[in-house]
Amino acid sequence: MSHRQDITCLLQGHSFIELSARERAHSLLDAGSSRELAGPFDRQYSPWLSAQGIVAQADDGVVICKGLLDGQPAVVAAIEGGFQGGSLGEVGGAKLACALELAAADNRQSIPTRAVILFETGGVRLQEANLGLAAIAEIHSAIADLSRYQPVVGIIAGTVGCFGGMSIAAGMCSYLIVTREARLGLNGPQVIEQEAGMAEYDSRNRPFIWSLTGGEQRQACGLADALVEDDTPLIRQQLLDFIACGLPAEPRHRRSQHMLQRLLTMDSTTQADAASARQLFQSGARP
Amino acid sequence: MSQASISQRGRDWFHALCGQASLQQGLPPSLLVADGELAGQPARYVAVVADPENPFVRARHGEVGLLEGWALAATIDAAVDADQQHAHKRAIVAIIDVPSQAYGRREEAYGIHQALAAAAAAYARARLAGHPVIGLIVGKAMSGAFLAHGYQANRLLALNDAGVMVHAMGKQAAARITLRTVEELEKLAASIAPMAYDIASYASLGLLWRLLKAEQPDQPTPADVQLVHTALTEALRDIQADPQPDLRQRLHGEHRQATRQVRALLQQQWTQNGG
Repeated sequence: MSHRQDITCLLQGHSFIELSARERAHSLLDAGSSRELAGPFDRQYSPWLSAQGIVAQADDGVVICKGLLDGQPAVVAAIEGGFQGGSLGEVGGAKLACALELAAADNRQSIPTRAVILFETGGVRLQEANLGLAAIAEIHSAIADLSRYQPVVGIIAGTVGCFGGMSIAAGMCSYLIVTREARLGLNGPQVIEQEAGMAEYDSRNRPFIWSLTGGEQRQACGLADALVEDDTPLIRQQLLDFIACGLPAEPRHRRSQHMLQRLLTMDSTTQADAASARQLFQSGARP
Repeated sequence: MSQASISQRGRDWFHALCGQASLQQGLPPSLLVADGELAGQPARYVAVVADPENPFVRARHGEVGLLEGWALAATIDAAVDADQQHAHKRAIVAIIDVPSQAYGRREEAYGIHQALAAAAAAYARARLAGHPVIGLIVGKAMSGAFLAHGYQANRLLALNDAGVMVHAMGKQAAARITLRTVEELEKLAASIAPMAYDIASYASLGLLWRLLKAEQPDQPTPADVQLVHTALTEALRDIQADPQPDLRQRLHGEHRQATRQVRALLQQQWTQNGG
């Protein structure tokens, strides 16, 4: 493609990453069907941030939209990476957990509500530490409950990525969609460097970090199901395709015997890299 | 860099509570699992302990790492599968003394988040299938380690002791990430209940079903073991009398008012306008 064509392509594209959490949620639900719950005009501020000199936000960084997906009832929970690093505190965490619980309750009353989670989060909001952690445990519980009835689809688009307790939530989802910009990992690079030293994990070495935790690598390892371009219609189509698949035959988190055997028989003395990770996962189908 | 000291509490309480029951074979040495009983009913006791020979070097101080996450999932899933046809599901008692998840390059590369997700999902599945799941915090219950081992329990109990701590991140790392000094962090923790590191502040959040005062948390006396045993029995009865297998029992804390408010609002708006 010529330079001019590149620019035309860029201008005509519909980036998902460039959208706010609220725009992302609206863009995925069927046109005209989206309705925000406990939104900013309901003014549900974090009760803990202002006491620490931090400006709170009226939606606490979590957007819950109810509507339709392909004509079926759905809820989209979108985390706003631009507010406090997408961290989950008491209010945002409660919104997310409660929305998933209500979707599960719908299913017990024969309303087939499905859920989509847009992860853009560093995990627990440390300014609300234990209440963030508790809410994340409740989110885990709700995903486990709801995913018995309907697929729960996670999307990590970037640029914040998905870390901490919320990476565990991502690992519990029925399907996971990522872009190349996405990162997925338990511990953020700075925390690993702080705990284990720079030789173990250099938080400034971005190519190294993406090579281990980037969307492309995670999909190649089977830790995500689809790698898509940063394009809203493509992401939406992939989401609809996964929902149409129904529940996965064997969720990723149910392969414990297989993964345990693989890890016990691998060479753990050599330091890991992208190739050794792909080898671990590919030598026995997806984890 | 921080170096974790090795705690023996998890191991000691595990052996004190399950007595003569034999250890399950075929698991990594960092996972202790035994089928014993509680109040005359079958119960599986599970503890994550330090293995100085752990093949993954960043998980040698009792951290929940790759092997521990997947092994927890395997042992919990096995109990659920074995009891699938039984009306009476065995109880699962998680003995919690976990300093942290494992922080390392191998861990991230090989998907530690997925290992911990497997463990959390297995515990949640057990609870939803009707297994009474009890979490007993005897030492540290930190962050991802606690999410993977115990936080999915129907009821959480903790020893009321300075060595017992629940938190999202150690002080040094939390200070770095929030751009504060450790002193500033400690000062804030004194007035912001969810940021505090002590178990009494944690109890004010309403997440614990019961706080227990043992005489010697490090070397439990027969009276200590009796006290905990009685509390576990009461927790088991409380769970079995509760028709709900979810976590709603945790929502009543003094410092969870905002949680209740936003949940009530969301519930009310959920069904408005024809859904």
